[in-house]
Amino acid sequence: MNFLNGTKEPSDSPGERVLFFIGRLLLAVSIPLIAFYVLYLGFIFLRDSHAPRGIITVVAIVWGVGGVALLYWVFNNIVEKLPDLWTNRLLPFVFVGPAMAILGWYLAIPTLRTFWLSLFGRDGPPAGLNFWEQLASPAFVGLNNYVAVFTERLMLEAFRNNLMWIIFGSTLSVAFGLVIAVLADRSRFEKVAKSFIFLPMAISFVGASIIWNFIYEYRPAGQAQIGLLNAVVVNLGGSPQAYPQWVSIAPWNNLFLIVIVIWLQAGFSMVLFSAALKGIPEELLEAGRIDGANEFQIFFRIMVPYIRGTIISVWTTIVIFTLKIFDVVWVMTGGQFGTHVIATQFYRQSFTNRNSGFGSAIAIVLLIAVIPVMFYNLKQFREQEAF
Amino acid sequence: MASVTYDHVFKEFGSVTAVNDMNFQIEDKEFLVLVGPSGCGKTTALRLLAGLEEITRGEIKIGDRVVNDVPPKDRDIAMVFQSYALYPHLSVYDNMAFGLKLRKTPREEIKRRVGEAADILGIQDLLDRKPRQLSGGQRQRVAVGRAIVREPKVFLFDEPLSNLDAKLRVQMRAEISKLHHRLQTTFIYVTHDQIEAMTMASRIAVINKGLLLQLDTPQKLYDKPDNLFVAGFIGSPAMNFFRAKLRKADGRLMVDTGDFAVAIPQSRTEMYRNYVDRDVIFGIRPEDIHDPNFLPANIHAETITVKVDVTELMGNEIFLYLVSGPNTFTARVDPRTKYALGDTGQMAFNMDNFHLFDPESERAIR
Repeated sequence: MNFLNGTKEPSDSPGERVLFFIGRLLLAVSIPLIAFYVLYLGFIFLRDSHAPRGIITVVAIVWGVGGVALLYWVFNNIVEKLPDLWTNRLLPFVFVGPAMAILGWYLAIPTLRTFWLSLFGRDGPPAGLNFWEQLASPAFVGLNNYVAVFTERLMLEAFRNNLMWIIFGSTLSVAFGLVIAVLADRSRFEKVAKSFIFLPMAISFVGASIIWNFIYEYRPAGQAQIGLLNAVVVNLGGSPQAYPQWVSIAPWNNLFLIVIVIWLQAGFSMVLFSAALKGIPEELLEAGRIDGANEFQIFFRIMVPYIRGTIISVWTTIVIFTLKIFDVVWVMTGGQFGTHVIATQFYRQSFTNRNSGFGSAIAIVLLIAVIPVMFYNLKQFREQEAF
Repeated sequence: MASVTYDHVFKEFGSVTAVNDMNFQIEDKEFLVLVGPSGCGKTTALRLLAGLEEITRGEIKIGDRVVNDVPPKDRDIAMVFQSYALYPHLSVYDNMAFGLKLRKTPREEIKRRVGEAADILGIQDLLDRKPRQLSGGQRQRVAVGRAIVREPKVFLFDEPLSNLDAKLRVQMRAEISKLHHRLQTTFIYVTHDQIEAMTMASRIAVINKGLLLQLDTPQKLYDKPDNLFVAGFIGSPAMNFFRAKLRKADGRLMVDTGDFAVAIPQSRTEMYRNYVDRDVIFGIRPEDIHDPNFLPANIHAETITVKVDVTELMGNEIFLYLVSGPNTFTARVDPRTKYALGDTGQMAFNMDNFHLFDPESERAIR
């Protein structure tokens, strides 16, 4: 069974084998050391150098991409030098390990730290104390921040608005995407129509908000309206209105912001639905037609159930988007006029009010709100064998 | 229950004519099989009747009603698809009830009809399952059940057995025949498998390149093929064909292939009178070529010399692949034959059962 355990070294004499083993050990230790040293030099160069920007950029790309490749190569080499049994045990960590480490460093640890911050007052845990001393310090407020999250007036408004975002934003994005996908599928202009509807996907939330700012632009009555919507309204005999700021219809003025995300996301859902619809066997629809279904019945009773998995995946994805929505609100209204959402509250508390405890608590609440949707979403993807 | 009439029906896809002047009538309660090679237009012909394709020219009637512009759901037909096309999200019961529910049939009535169909097909235990939990044969039954509960005037089958394994196919063949007998309704069945056609049909329509070549009972089709294509398509192994000339010699009419010549019995010489000294195609089925040692009684046998190229033992018979001059052909002979690979010897043609075709028109000479 020796060949299975893969001891590749020549087994001439015991002395040679020991020498060979030591040589390999040295090599195994020195290669990563050299690799790390090279990477460290690169880091120092990037940090301290005053070279021209272009050169720094090139070095950074080589250092970043090359460094990842180098580390992978080094570790892969080390692991492959081991007996097969250990190679099989360790190889997965070589592949997944770096990603896990980065995720841990940039995601898991900050999350834990945010939670820790959320248990303290506005200035966070006092510095220079150990864990137990921090707990005992007056800055420790327990769950008080969380109580505030669920009782403060603006926070309650944010929750209400986020609920509107979820209900209208995700549902309408899905509905529009689905209807457009079905109609485009039957149209001679399918490609052109789809391209135009998909186009907004390429625009950032901030960019889209600025575009819509122009659409909603308000000039007092009597002046020339330069906003598209007001120009149309005034031409039809209506009076101009600053729509996102229209407090007297609150909370429905939020819908003017939600429209922007629908505009952006309908294209995304359309593309996924379009692909799913093309996966429905033609014979299934023909069977439905012969069975007596009209086109509406075919849509609701055959097509929709058939692509149900895709609908749920798209819907949950957009729910997560809308739960985390920030840019659109921040650019359009800055959270005024009753349009605050959880993320804008988080930003306001953390960075405007400098209340790190309260801000962290909001972030944690938002995280907890997203997690179940995320899990459901992953479950759907898994059922569709997306991974 | 209704007859179906194809009245000079054409279907063109761009410049391709998929169905070319089909003109025939299917009687009430008949089991008609449309058979032909892949891409011959048989499925298109069926889809025209189902209303899934639009007719380019001509008329299709179900009963006395022209259905050209009637949508599929109002044609009073049911169709079983090759892929079964079961609704994956519905249980077996709901799959079968789907069409009835859309037609607002009372719930009790739906229950009764689905129950009956399930009884007929032996799928009572599967009613709560989803299609993906069923085997191919079970799905096939559900697809048939979905057609039965609708109690349509005409049943359409589009290669329903081609996704099943060989054994199941034989079994389902018999069941569909039984079903036809029981339901006493018009069945129209598309297949590329001539054995399915032969075993189930009351009449067979052989189609090639969009043209209806012959519509007849299975036995007539086998015994008296109208043309070269039908002769070659129906029967397995296929009929042997030889290029030949008709020649008069010693007062007898001979089929001369250049390599061998066989005499035509006196009783049939008259009908070939116009073809004397002309090219013909001589056709003879493998079972009409015999080992002279095991010759049936009372036939006009003509022996020729052949070389045995391959032998295939089937148990109850032997297929001999024979060579004579430039011709290779197949004989289906008694299993007691002593012929083995490489042998040269005599083979007898049963000249009571041969076919002659005009090489130009490819039509049978009668």
